[in-house]
Amino acid sequence: MATKKASAKKQLKTSKSELLQLYRDMLLIRRFEEKAGQLYGMGLIAGFCHLYIGQEAVVVGMRAAMKDGDQMITGYRDHGHMLACGMEARGVMAELTGREGGYSRGKGGSMHMFSTDKKFYGGHGIVGAQVPLGAGLGFANKYLENGAVSTAYFGDGAANQGQVYETFNMAELWDLPVVFVIENNQYAMGTSVARASAQTELYKRGISFGIEGHQIDGMDVLAVKEAGATALKHARDGNGPMILEMKTYRYRGHSMSDPAKYRTRDEVNEVRHDRDPLDAVKARLEKEGWADTDSLKAMDKEIKAIVADSAEFAQTSPEPDPSELWTDVLLPVEA
Amino acid sequence: MSIDIQMPALSPTMEEGTLSKWLVKVGDTISSGDILAEIETDKATMEVESIDEGVVGKILIEEGAQNVKVGEVILQLLEDGETEADLGTPAASSAPEASSQSEDGSDNPGTTGIRHPENDDADTDKTSGMPQVKVANDPDIPTNIKMVETTVRDALRDAMAEEMRRDEKVFVMGEEVAQYQGAYKVTRELLQEFGDKRVVDTPITEHGFAGIGVGAAMGGLRPIVEFMTWNFAMQAIDHIINSAAKTLYMSGGQMRCPIVFRGPNGAASRVGAQHSHDYSSWYANVPGLKVVAPYDSADAKGLLKAAIRDPNPVVFLEHELMYGNTFDVPDMDDFLIPIGKAKVRREGADVTIVAHSRMVGFSLEAAERLAQDGIDAEVIDLRTIRPLDTETVLKSVRKTNRIVCAEEGWGQSGIGAEISAVVTSQAFDYLDAPPARVHQKDVPLPYAANLEALSLPNADDVYEAAKKVCYK
Ligand SMILES: Cc1ncc(C[n+]2csc(CCOP(=O)(O)OP(=O)(O)O)c2C)c(N)n1
Ligand SMILES: [Mg+2]
Repeated sequence: MATKKASAKKQLKTSKSELLQLYRDMLLIRRFEEKAGQLYGMGLIAGFCHLYIGQEAVVVGMRAAMKDGDQMITGYRDHGHMLACGMEARGVMAELTGREGGYSRGKGGSMHMFSTDKKFYGGHGIVGAQVPLGAGLGFANKYLENGAVSTAYFGDGAANQGQVYETFNMAELWDLPVVFVIENNQYAMGTSVARASAQTELYKRGISFGIEGHQIDGMDVLAVKEAGATALKHARDGNGPMILEMKTYRYRGHSMSDPAKYRTRDEVNEVRHDRDPLDAVKARLEKEGWADTDSLKAMDKEIKAIVADSAEFAQTSPEPDPSELWTDVLLPVEA
Repeated sequence: MSIDIQMPALSPTMEEGTLSKWLVKVGDTISSGDILAEIETDKATMEVESIDEGVVGKILIEEGAQNVKVGEVILQLLEDGETEADLGTPAASSAPEASSQSEDGSDNPGTTGIRHPENDDADTDKTSGMPQVKVANDPDIPTNIKMVETTVRDALRDAMAEEMRRDEKVFVMGEEVAQYQGAYKVTRELLQEFGDKRVVDTPITEHGFAGIGVGAAMGGLRPIVEFMTWNFAMQAIDHIINSAAKTLYMSGGQMRCPIVFRGPNGAASRVGAQHSHDYSSWYANVPGLKVVAPYDSADAKGLLKAAIRDPNPVVFLEHELMYGNTFDVPDMDDFLIPIGKAKVRREGADVTIVAHSRMVGFSLEAAERLAQDGIDAEVIDLRTIRPLDTETVLKSVRKTNRIVCAEEGWGQSGIGAEISAVVTSQAFDYLDAPPARVHQKDVPLPYAANLEALSLPNADDVYEAAKKVCYK
């Protein structure tokens, strides 16, 4: 079993159409999240709202490596995952405002959305819960012999929950087709990885179970995609799980009203300036001559229109009908 | 047309703030993500980021301006190719009215202090529409004592600090309790006074640290284990019940487990089903535990101090929507309230209303309205749920002959079900009406504003139930 850190930076192979698509997918998430932040500021979104800004390359790179039929499951920082799975911006935004047009018809909120159609299994509020659930999806894949692999995303903080290790053990013991993606954005609320973890190299957390782990630059969408493809193949071929530790960063507070006093503005600005996942792709697009200022502007305009439309929809879609209070608690037993 | 940038709300409760500093000036080119200004709310300074791109055309609010309303236009951005001439008239404030769930604002979470458990520095310290309670005639409080207005949050903190000064074996442990000063600021300043040996930040590992807490109690310490919210204690419930509650009995009385598990319980505001669960009846079911759920600041302080000194495991259920509320606390060196004693908060002759935690406020409010209808309600605050003070409840029912039980959680096998069983079996002959129960609707808590309001019990529900048992 090899467990290793990300290798030195190399220019990964890609194509014009692929890179433009990856950029577009990341841009959609970024603009969507900015808009969500704005609507929160206007009081249209309530409760918790955890933005994904800064981490876009992780889910976009992984999704690009996944096949149709592969599943995704994550925690409460889930808007980006849903958009990457191809869920409609309108339905996600309308769930944020708690309206009928939302993916959970207003009953779930920011942290609880699902689309069985797009193989997105939530949207979970209890830190760590998605890890065994994700392995359970893998268990079903193996049982059903459907050839699918499940991907379970969780944070550096979640990586300390006990159920994660119970899951690692069973996933390896039973060779479950699941990829564990640790989104190490360096903080769990106000707690840095070093203050909460005896072993801060999270990709090593599978060693005692014999699970191969890799540390990846989670700000590099192509590196994420490449690692994802390797891990997915490993799992799909019946070799069991793999752990991918994505080194990433969240630009915004933990949730909307976090003053984020546990880190300096310089720290945030430095990442933004030097490691931004979108800027990196943009630079490559321009360097290769695959895009120029005008074409990128046009793309931005198009994405902004999608986001503006979702925000409009999220404000005009009605609140759920009061009768909805009583629906969806239990299913009737079929005769 | 230029883009209007408005004063943002930085927390669900924010209505206005101070624009303390501009970080841009007219003529600057802005890209999305750039920080435009710093804004101060009661306690926190936050940054305003631009989500738009353009050139700063006009700054409408001066640096240092106070009480800038959420939604007011603070800056105008010129888009590509626009000049000053394109500056539009700033649109009128588009901020929605602060949401109010009932007409009189009694259930308006916007006025009840912190509602953002994961992160909130803003301590609004306002009283909500909750009725103030006179504690002067409390048998546990000497007369003629000076009263100090204290938030429930600070009362809890003071209780911990006093007990930590008194007994070196007392320590606090939990997520974000130390450096972050508490996710809800209940442990504020404890780290500064007691250091990191006694105020311990844990990883997100509830099952593990609850077990470590129980073990430390068995080993001779007096842990206070904070759960960021009780929702997360479901990860740890095995240790609370199997390890803490049962060990004294299983060891034939040898083992000790003096521990307090505490944190906010029940619904917050718009945080959805997994973050809005009332566990009162769960823990009330377990022999070997004491279960406490205070309403006001004096009880929060007196009962928490008693819980920390208690030789048994105590489950201490606080309420997030009460943290910012202010009530009187007696200014005494060592103010303790005994666990296991209910309190008659309002005397009345016609109907008994039994409640605990936040429902006490709604019950008092309902009682005021019932009084206008000529119904004289007695309101009992249980304060402790296990052991249940059935004597106080029965005494009241023998007088009023009618009872309404109000709780925030679900009805089935709830606290109201238990109390109904107690009164029907022990005061059956005194009852003039079947006991009534007020509780959350029998569904997981929905996120949508309208559905959430329909789901949770409030003063109206208590009022209606009381009218019903009075056949009025
Ligand atoms: C079991 C549990 N404990 C505590 C919480 C409160 N909580 C929500 S998010 C969070 C931090 C998680 O950090 P991390 O896993 O690093 O994910 P990130 O937020 O950085 O994406 C905490 C403590 C929770 N939701 N569930
Ligand atoms: Mg994190």
